[in-house]
Amino acid sequence: MSTLVLLLVTGLGLGALYFLVAAGLSLIWGLMRVLNFAHGAFFTVAGYAGYFAAAALPGLPPWPSWFLAALAGTLAGGLFATLTEIGLIRPLYRRPVGQVLVTVGLALATLALVEGAFGSDPRVVSLPGWMTATTTILGAAIPNTRFVVLLLALVVLGGLLFFLQRTRYGLIVRAGVENRDMVSALGIDVQRAFTLVFTIGGLAAGLAGVLGATYYGTIDPSRGTAMLISAFIVVVIGGMGSIGGSALAAVIVALVQQFLNFYAAAGTGDFAVVLLLAVVLLVRPGGLMGRPPA
Amino acid sequence: MSASATLLQVDDLRVAIGESQILGGVSFRVREGGITGLLGRNGVGKTTTLRGILGLVPRTGSVTLAGEELTALPVHEVVRRGVAYVPEDRDVFAGLTVEENLRLAERAGSELRYPLVYELFPELRERAAQRAGTLSGGQQQMVALARALLNASNRILLIDEPTKGLSPLVVKRVVEALQRAAQVTTILLVEQNLAVARHLVADVVVLDQGRVVFAGDVAELIDDPALARRHLGLSATATGH
Repeated sequence: MSTLVLLLVTGLGLGALYFLVAAGLSLIWGLMRVLNFAHGAFFTVAGYAGYFAAAALPGLPPWPSWFLAALAGTLAGGLFATLTEIGLIRPLYRRPVGQVLVTVGLALATLALVEGAFGSDPRVVSLPGWMTATTTILGAAIPNTRFVVLLLALVVLGGLLFFLQRTRYGLIVRAGVENRDMVSALGIDVQRAFTLVFTIGGLAAGLAGVLGATYYGTIDPSRGTAMLISAFIVVVIGGMGSIGGSALAAVIVALVQQFLNFYAAAGTGDFAVVLLLAVVLLVRPGGLMGRPPA
Repeated sequence: MSASATLLQVDDLRVAIGESQILGGVSFRVREGGITGLLGRNGVGKTTTLRGILGLVPRTGSVTLAGEELTALPVHEVVRRGVAYVPEDRDVFAGLTVEENLRLAERAGSELRYPLVYELFPELRERAAQRAGTLSGGQQQMVALARALLNASNRILLIDEPTKGLSPLVVKRVVEALQRAAQVTTILLVEQNLAVARHLVADVVVLDQGRVVFAGDVAELIDDPALARRHLGLSATATGH
């Protein structure tokens, strides 16, 4: 029973990370039709920004230090995303091949730069004492970091849903996901919505980068790439452009990985997720909560 | 055409998509007030003309609204100058409610004509919370027309085949709504139903092969069987005459 609970909570924590990366990817694709292969780079840069922000604040108590580092990492992810949209994506709208090439190039360049500057070995992050401890639930010793990651992902989910359902820009984004030309034809500057969505996606990926460091206890240059692959799978299974779909799919993907990798041979969970992706594409091409492709 | 003030002037509008030249230099004017019809056989470039005026397709040439050049402006700025668009496929946002579709069309600084919209289409108020994708074709057309009518600052409505695929009863409603709308704004109407066109429009512009082949009074065109046959490929009886 305790193993089951541990796998469940750990899986939910991993799903929370997937969701944070996938949410931005999904909105960016849904609204802008941009496959952003640089999204993992936002995760990586944010993780390192948080790490160095914490190192630059040596005199602070652990909790304020962690919060400020998390804030710095999240903002770094958002800023990186905003600059990427303005500098690289905007000149290439309606040129999808160019966008793919530029985001792949940015992802590779970021990885190489981070490795070149900081090495490829993982670096251990310092966490408040409570986060390095565990809480026992039904006999399972759950690392407290799982609760932090889960809680913040739920806050982001609630915030995104509020933004989409209750604000004018959210309305524009939901409409733009359906038909961005018609949004422009109503007199709305959809370009502004593009920048906003890219920034929101970068902020969420940045928070995921910081929380990834908290979840694993380390940062390394290549985790962003691994996270991006899982997030793409989550986006497709959940439905492009659907935040609720991303949340649901993130939980499903993470739990399938956790349980099968533990109870079956290692790697079975990852294989099963790819299989699940294939089944969803065949049976429900628009994803669990997305619209069927036209 | 009469000598009333010109609101929209289109000069040498050219649109090429890939290797195909869809519009080969379209020029015409729309006078202020009333409904001008843009007619022609299928595939002659009527929809592309509307999309070209708005900037939804890459184009060259000149489009001016009350003397202001529009071609250098992005689509949303053209619309903010007062050019509203009702596309052929209605393009309501299916996942949004009726109320959200209308709210999206609201423009800051513009007087909103909700009383007129609800007078013309009372069912939109009743179905405010319903997703637009679940409405009938006629109701979706009402949403599309309501979005264009909503802002009093819109000076011209570009309306593409509003009666297409609708039942006769709904066509009648749409025609009445267009007549009422024409009392408060100018309309450039693409319409394949010539009986409807004849009923609604005063001036017509006829396109063929991406060029204007006739511009003048609707009666002059439709009441002349030879002219109607030459430009529209129809006999006078087919025009509802």
